[in-house]
Amino acid sequence: MTTSVAMVLLILGCALVTWIPRILPFILVKNMKMPKMVLRWLAYIPVCILSALVIEGFFEKEEAIVTVQWLNIMAFIPTLFVALLTKSLSKTVIAGVVTMAGLRLLLG
Amino acid sequence: MEQIEQKPLTPDTFLQGIKDCVPTLLGYISIGLAFGVVGIASGISVLEVFLLSVLVYAGSAQFIFCGLYLAGAPVTAVIVTIFIVNLRHLLMSLTIAPYFTKYSTLRNIGFGTLLTDETFGVSVVAAGKEGRLGGKWMDGLNITAYTSWIAACTVGGIIGQWLPDPEKWGLDYALVAMFVALLVLTLASIPKEKLMHYIKLIGIMIISMYGMLYFMPGHLAVLLSTMVVATIGVVLEK
Repeated sequence: MTTSVAMVLLILGCALVTWIPRILPFILVKNMKMPKMVLRWLAYIPVCILSALVIEGFFEKEEAIVTVQWLNIMAFIPTLFVALLTKSLSKTVIAGVVTMAGLRLLLG
Repeated sequence: MEQIEQKPLTPDTFLQGIKDCVPTLLGYISIGLAFGVVGIASGISVLEVFLLSVLVYAGSAQFIFCGLYLAGAPVTAVIVTIFIVNLRHLLMSLTIAPYFTKYSTLRNIGFGTLLTDETFGVSVVAAGKEGRLGGKWMDGLNITAYTSWIAACTVGGIIGQWLPDPEKWGLDYALVAMFVALLVLTLASIPKEKLMHYIKLIGIMIISMYGMLYFMPGHLAVLLSTMVVATIGVVLEK
């Protein structure tokens, strides 16, 4: 149960930058409208960032070459399948974890 | 003869908000537990797990925090990445905020502070059905989600101290699996005629990520690829 001043400051910094985007629209929406262009751009952010985060695990840089992480891709396929079928966050998480654990056990 | 179907509206009570939060609790609890375990494995303490869940209160941002901390990323890289990762909340807040204009600024700050992917999802569905959202209901939903999250993360942290090797249990994959589910849920809400456009963008994203990883660490590639591909999305839009 320990922490440091530097760590608390870092967490507070992260808290601030996650808080501002959450509350800003609630404060501003009464008074002003966002430019249409910005809204159109923002509309792509969820799909882009989520796919980027998933795809990040497909690759890894080893020395000079970016290689494909086949284990992650093998775990991804059933996880995606469960997500598409169930549209459920919890079931997908459980499927992903179980698949990954199984794959590591098999390929050890 | 005209018949107007009268569906009973969801009562605007704190208790109803709690009830409507229940279906999402398994998600919060499993990911919260996984976060606690992964946090400990990345070298942060139970107290820090607790502080992150209270102050940052965002699953993806908290996981990325651990990843960056483990990788020894500089403070500015951590804060900028967390900001970009959670920028999606700006869009979610923009969607929800118009329903609450009659409430005080302070109440509105409260609604925004506790906004998450899941409470956003639940309230968007409710707003879509009834064309309105109640403040007490929203508070019930938000506070239930918030307290469950803090409890799950902290318990996960305590469990993590006894689980030395979470990777063996596949728990590190909980985060990616959550992103996969959120991606599918987001795509499911997109109008059919626009879906191909988004699939193309995901294809471009694979190329972009692969290329950028040659020149920069993963977290920067995520940040830059997202901004580039979102811009391509606007440009290629019909």
